[in-house]
Amino acid sequence: MRAVRVVAVNVFRESVRDRVPYNLVLFAILLIASSYLLGQLTAGQDVKIIKDLGLAATSVFGLFIAIFIGIGLVSKEVERRSIYSLLAKPVSRAQFIAGKYAGLVLTLAVNVSVMAIAVYVILAYIVWTQPPVIRASWDAPGLDPAMLKAIVLIFVELMLITALALFFSTFSSPLLSAALTFGLYVAGHFNADLKNFEKVVSSKAAAQLARGAYHVLPDLSAFDVKTQVVHGLPVTMGYVASTTLYGLAYVAGLLLVSTLIFSRRDFK
Amino acid sequence: MPAAIRIEDLTKDYAIGFWRRRSYRALDRLSLEINSGEVFGFLGPNGAGKTTTLKLLMQLIYPTSGRAEILGRPVGDLAVRQRIGYLPENPSFYDYLTAEELLGYFGELFGYRGHDRRKRVSTLLDRVGLGAERRLQLRKFSKGMIQRVGIAQALLNDPEVIFLDEPMSGLDPLGRRDVRSLILELRDQGRTVFFSSHILADAEALCSRVAVVAGGRLAASGTLTDILAFQVRGWELIMSGLLPDMVSRVRPAVRRVTEISPGRYSLELSMDQPPERILAELTASGAALVSLNPMRDTLEDFFMKRVAEMGAGARAPLAEDVRAGR
Repeated sequence: MRAVRVVAVNVFRESVRDRVPYNLVLFAILLIASSYLLGQLTAGQDVKIIKDLGLAATSVFGLFIAIFIGIGLVSKEVERRSIYSLLAKPVSRAQFIAGKYAGLVLTLAVNVSVMAIAVYVILAYIVWTQPPVIRASWDAPGLDPAMLKAIVLIFVELMLITALALFFSTFSSPLLSAALTFGLYVAGHFNADLKNFEKVVSSKAAAQLARGAYHVLPDLSAFDVKTQVVHGLPVTMGYVASTTLYGLAYVAGLLLVSTLIFSRRDFK
Repeated sequence: MPAAIRIEDLTKDYAIGFWRRRSYRALDRLSLEINSGEVFGFLGPNGAGKTTTLKLLMQLIYPTSGRAEILGRPVGDLAVRQRIGYLPENPSFYDYLTAEELLGYFGELFGYRGHDRRKRVSTLLDRVGLGAERRLQLRKFSKGMIQRVGIAQALLNDPEVIFLDEPMSGLDPLGRRDVRSLILELRDQGRTVFFSSHILADAEALCSRVAVVAGGRLAASGTLTDILAFQVRGWELIMSGLLPDMVSRVRPAVRRVTEISPGRYSLELSMDQPPERILAELTASGAALVSLNPMRDTLEDFFMKRVAEMGAGARAPLAEDVRAGR
């Protein structure tokens, strides 16, 4: 466990030194600027738009971090040959993979937390400046705790994307890993459509292929409850828990396969 | 004395080619035994299989066949890694870290904590001459400084067995001298040092025994005297204050004369011409000795000879073109 923690802390330190947290400043500027502009343009809808924009930006910024750091987690170590010294230390390859993953998840956790706090701060400001009559017209309270459910699921989805990026980076180049991860991210969001593909195509083989892909690809649309939360529609705790479990199981599977591939790899 | 490192029939094949996969034998049935407490030189020209052997010992690559043990345990055993140090060839580290942070990071992996870790890191950085640069990011380090950091990290855990892959690479003469004295210091402390080099002088200055690899195969092993004695093919005498008539007088006994600068000459003597007589004659005439060195075949010459003796062309043992799976 010590080795995993030590490797993870170093990944976090690398992301800080690589100025990854700068994206938070960009995020804050984007949010403050948009809330100011929307405040001028809309009447009573600004809270909804800020929530929508805040959650979407959290998701997109996190996606960039997950993909662009995730694809380099292993390949960068191999490319710069720092892995030679590291793996000669008492660190197993499984611990290396787990540590690298945990480090990026820690980076994402800090980023998502700061972004969530930023969204709540902007919302608090809007709530404070709006009269009670406007506040009463909103679908959901301005500082709706249900938003946390959406944020938790965004985070679990990012964990899954990170595991995908790490998986690809154990055997392919950074560019290919990025393309594959992004491709799966897009496919994962349309995964539900693959389930009933036979209604759209006449080819039985294509339908079966789509059905197979449905079972293998991650169902990322399940993690997207932004619309429900923004419009005050219910998202049960049971749904959040089961979706989180699904995400974690997928992550565990990806890490296991990544470790198996990485454990057999020669560093020439 | 128990063996610190035991290598038995270690073989490594790489698959090469994209469409038509073939197998390339980088290391061919290497067997070696290195005793505890000895400085062992692993010599060979570039591409001989030295780094491949070291990577196999560090389990950075897996053998096609054969086995290796370090301190009586299979390579790759995490408990063994706690007791060994490794300097890779042309090491590269995390350039966003300072030297102190890098060693602190590795120190944590070895289980060093708090004050102990800081003290160990500080002592080692001072030992390799980087005490003043400890808080400088590695991206600002020269190649020689990185090599020194590499040596420090290899010694971090007070290892019983130290593997150094081309430890003199990238170092200036001062750095080379420091590394030599460090290796001798490690030997005096009873540690086992296994180092690879393609520079014969390093082995001569440090090793109790050496192994020579060529074309992925063991070409020779034993003490340096056993292996290299036959190679001396003459003497090089450098003299100053030589007058042309003195040169003419000794000319018949000298294989080649080269004027380096006015009055300074290099005289090459063959093996059957002992240097003492000419040296005595010239110094009696007023010339001064600058240096006297045995002239040897280069290590590469030695490898080529050995490869030829092994009954194959220079590259033949390297690329056996063993078909995949054959």
